[in-house]
Amino acid sequence: MSTHDAALQGPPHHEEHQTSTGLDNTKMAMWAFLGSECLFFGSFISTYLLYRSRAAGGPTPAEIYDIPFTSVSSFVLLMSSLTMVLALAAIQRGDERGLRTWLLATAFLGMTFIGGQIYEFTTFYEEGLALSKSPFGSSFFVLTGFHGAHVSVGILMLLALVGMSLAGRLPQAESRKVELIGLYWHFVDIVWIVIFTIVYLVPTEG
Amino acid sequence: MASTEVTAPREDAELHDHPTPRKYVWIAVILAVVTAAEVAIYYIPSLESLLVPLLVVFATVKFIMVALYFMHLKFDSKLFRRLFVTGIVLAFAVFTIVLLTFFLRPEASGITG
Amino acid sequence: MATAALQPRRSIFARPTATTGWYSWVTTVDHKKIGIMYGVTAFVFFLLGGLEALAIRAQLATPNGEILSAEAYNQFFTMHGITMIFLVIMPMGVAFFNYLVPLMIGARDVAFPRLNALSYWIFLFGGIFIYSSFFLGGAPDGGWFGYAPLSRTLETRGMDFYAVGLQLLGVASLAGAINFIVTILNMRAPGMTFMRMPVFVWMTLVVSFLLLFAMPVIAVALFQLMFDRLFDTTFFNVAAGGDPLLWQHLFWLFGHPEVYILILPAMGIVSEVLPTFSRKPLFGYAAVVFAGAAIGFMGWGVWAHHMFAAGLGPVANSAFALSTMFIAVPTGVKIFNWIGTLWGGSLRFTTSMLFSLGFVAMFIIGGLSGVTHAIVPHDAQQTDTYYVVAHFHYVLFGGALFGIMSGLYYWWPKFFGHRLSEKIGKWNFWLWFLGFNLTFGPMHIVGLQGMPRRIYTYPDGMGWNLWNMMETVGAFIIAVATLFFLFNVVVSRRKGREEAGDDPWDARTLEWMIPSPPPEYNFAEIPVVSHRDDFWHKKYFVGPGKTAEPVFAGGADHDEHGTDEHHIHMPSPSYFPLIAAFGMLITAYAVIFALPAVAIGLLVTTLGFFGWVFEPGTAE
Repeated sequence: MSTHDAALQGPPHHEEHQTSTGLDNTKMAMWAFLGSECLFFGSFISTYLLYRSRAAGGPTPAEIYDIPFTSVSSFVLLMSSLTMVLALAAIQRGDERGLRTWLLATAFLGMTFIGGQIYEFTTFYEEGLALSKSPFGSSFFVLTGFHGAHVSVGILMLLALVGMSLAGRLPQAESRKVELIGLYWHFVDIVWIVIFTIVYLVPTEG
Repeated sequence: MASTEVTAPREDAELHDHPTPRKYVWIAVILAVVTAAEVAIYYIPSLESLLVPLLVVFATVKFIMVALYFMHLKFDSKLFRRLFVTGIVLAFAVFTIVLLTFFLRPEASGITG
Repeated sequence: MATAALQPRRSIFARPTATTGWYSWVTTVDHKKIGIMYGVTAFVFFLLGGLEALAIRAQLATPNGEILSAEAYNQFFTMHGITMIFLVIMPMGVAFFNYLVPLMIGARDVAFPRLNALSYWIFLFGGIFIYSSFFLGGAPDGGWFGYAPLSRTLETRGMDFYAVGLQLLGVASLAGAINFIVTILNMRAPGMTFMRMPVFVWMTLVVSFLLLFAMPVIAVALFQLMFDRLFDTTFFNVAAGGDPLLWQHLFWLFGHPEVYILILPAMGIVSEVLPTFSRKPLFGYAAVVFAGAAIGFMGWGVWAHHMFAAGLGPVANSAFALSTMFIAVPTGVKIFNWIGTLWGGSLRFTTSMLFSLGFVAMFIIGGLSGVTHAIVPHDAQQTDTYYVVAHFHYVLFGGALFGIMSGLYYWWPKFFGHRLSEKIGKWNFWLWFLGFNLTFGPMHIVGLQGMPRRIYTYPDGMGWNLWNMMETVGAFIIAVATLFFLFNVVVSRRKGREEAGDDPWDARTLEWMIPSPPPEYNFAEIPVVSHRDDFWHKKYFVGPGKTAEPVFAGGADHDEHGTDEHHIHMPSPSYFPLIAAFGMLITAYAVIFALPAVAIGLLVTTLGFFGWVFEPGTAE
């Protein structure tokens, strides 16, 4: 029997660190969740692609999009990925103050993006593109709205991390928490990379 | 998945491979430049025929850079990459077919306009 | 969240400690208790869905039936479908996943015990939410498939409950799927490689991946329907340029993987039961595993065969017809493997074995009628007739439910420490088998004669009377068989309990090497696995003469303090999953009845999650 050989393999660990693949449970769960989210946003983006030319007499994408404005807010969200990854680098080298600074910067950039989205939605509504106006309006608002909801949840989690850090509950050893929320945040960012290109920049034919 | 057999933890190696903050900033600069290029070609009339392919290429570059460097997929376990890529490829495949069935439908083109 | 990673620290969020009484069930994070709660809840819903079926059959027993009004009939057949799919077969599968997967891979719990509890509570609240619609203005009445634009325009609140309620159940399924993926990939005992895992664990893994990728698609479709109904968006409003075909695509993109989500757990169960009662290893283990994975993969490429009548055009129809016929190949592989397992075995016809054999036989019939749907012109004749109803009941009742019953009889001794009566069990099986075929067999015939689905009554003189009466009689026989099962549960518990012992069937997998019912920590020592069917190899030497030779596992992974059970740290109970789930229930009602109150629901959920994050890792 090889049971004794197996028994000798590896030094004794604490149980929580020993997984079959050597990978962290929570991180694997987060990646699985992000894989799932690809289908979620894929469904909404496809709906938009199907409906973007169906304006039902209301504003069309070409008439209503403000590309310079959206470019700026896209840039803001893109840079929030940089501040997020700097927050992770800070906690991994034990710099709790740097961690809080970069987390707050990330949350601030996220809030700027959300503010821009609120402004954009309001403007579009005033220009005649209501949620119920046309399939274009419905699919645009619901797609970007769900993305905005994801950003908002991310902001909440970032602020919670800042609170934990202030309370002394986020030491270097728990950098995994920052990494997980970072993964979520970057994912929301790359979804916007896709949305910015497909929804805003790719012109609607006919 | 079959390759992920029972092995010892690799936590330490994972942390050492991460890029430095300096490198992160450089990646962000590249991302910013690509975004600027995207917006720029949107306004250049002579590139109209190339606009969509160029945009797709630029967005893909940004997407991959964020995933590889900021999300550490370049340095992390292959299993994570597979989970994520499975989601992306599956979504891309099935929704391409869904949209094709709409746009190639025999009686299509009646409603659009 | 890795509960174990949190160090015990002083906190206002003390963890509950009860291990007995109702409070211990409400706060439990033990996968076995959660599994039992899933099973009991699903069985209650099974009785409700069964009563709806009986009402439907009573209405259709004779032409021009007057038992149910058209409105009531629509609600009943819709709720019957929703109940049996989302509230019975799926959670029954999850009940087995919960109870068995950690035991089969040699783990002490799932990867995320509190997330597991959250899944259960959301599922329970989702079921209650949907059923409460009967008292709040009418149940869903647009079919379980909720086809737009009808589902958009139906005037009662029923389809609001449908859109929001299924969303809740989807969240529960998604959380469960992630939990089981991580559990199976990461929590296996030393030596438990992928190709040594029991087939049931493999099927759980495939189902979890299907859920992971299918649930978000239906979530989007349900959000679109909900927005259409509540905020007048135009996703499915044809007059404003919306396209109902979009609903069909999104629904069946989820709906076909869903079919495999329903059947694969039963296939896993049968793959455990048949070898045990044939006293042979599973024939072609690798082929069964790869066929299961292939079904999971190909299940993503066949959805439009539900839409052959929607006018996708000949190219799309032909492509999906081919992929649908092709998916029958791995399914056939499995059937041959099961037959190969039986071949030459020393068979023991226990009740569990009978249900598994019934599964194989009935599933072959359902599978063959499924292949006839793949032929597009043929499907054009069958679509929306009772032939389709016959087909999917042969796979979901003759298949999934037979498998689940087989699993209940097989693992009952492990769950509760005593066997179910074989004598009553045989009555249960034969009545169930007879009633099932009497109910759904004639549906093939009336279907081919042209009787449409979903009609609440039919005229005399169509030649359908005899068959419909047979179907109704059959349905009531199934009800009697179900009573036999309930009777069996009660009687076996009370008098002359047959104490099961650890290993009543002389079985092969790890769960049988520990006491029945298992202790909270499952394994006093984590087993070290060296073979497929490891427990069998621990019991028997392969060689001349089968001598039972107990070989106890070495402890590669044992606690440093030794194997004394008091030193095994199990995650403490928690009430925060319940709070978070309750917030979601509030949100669900608020969406329909008082939109601003959504804020309250989200607040409760958020507070639940905050407590979750901040509560200490153990009760100390």
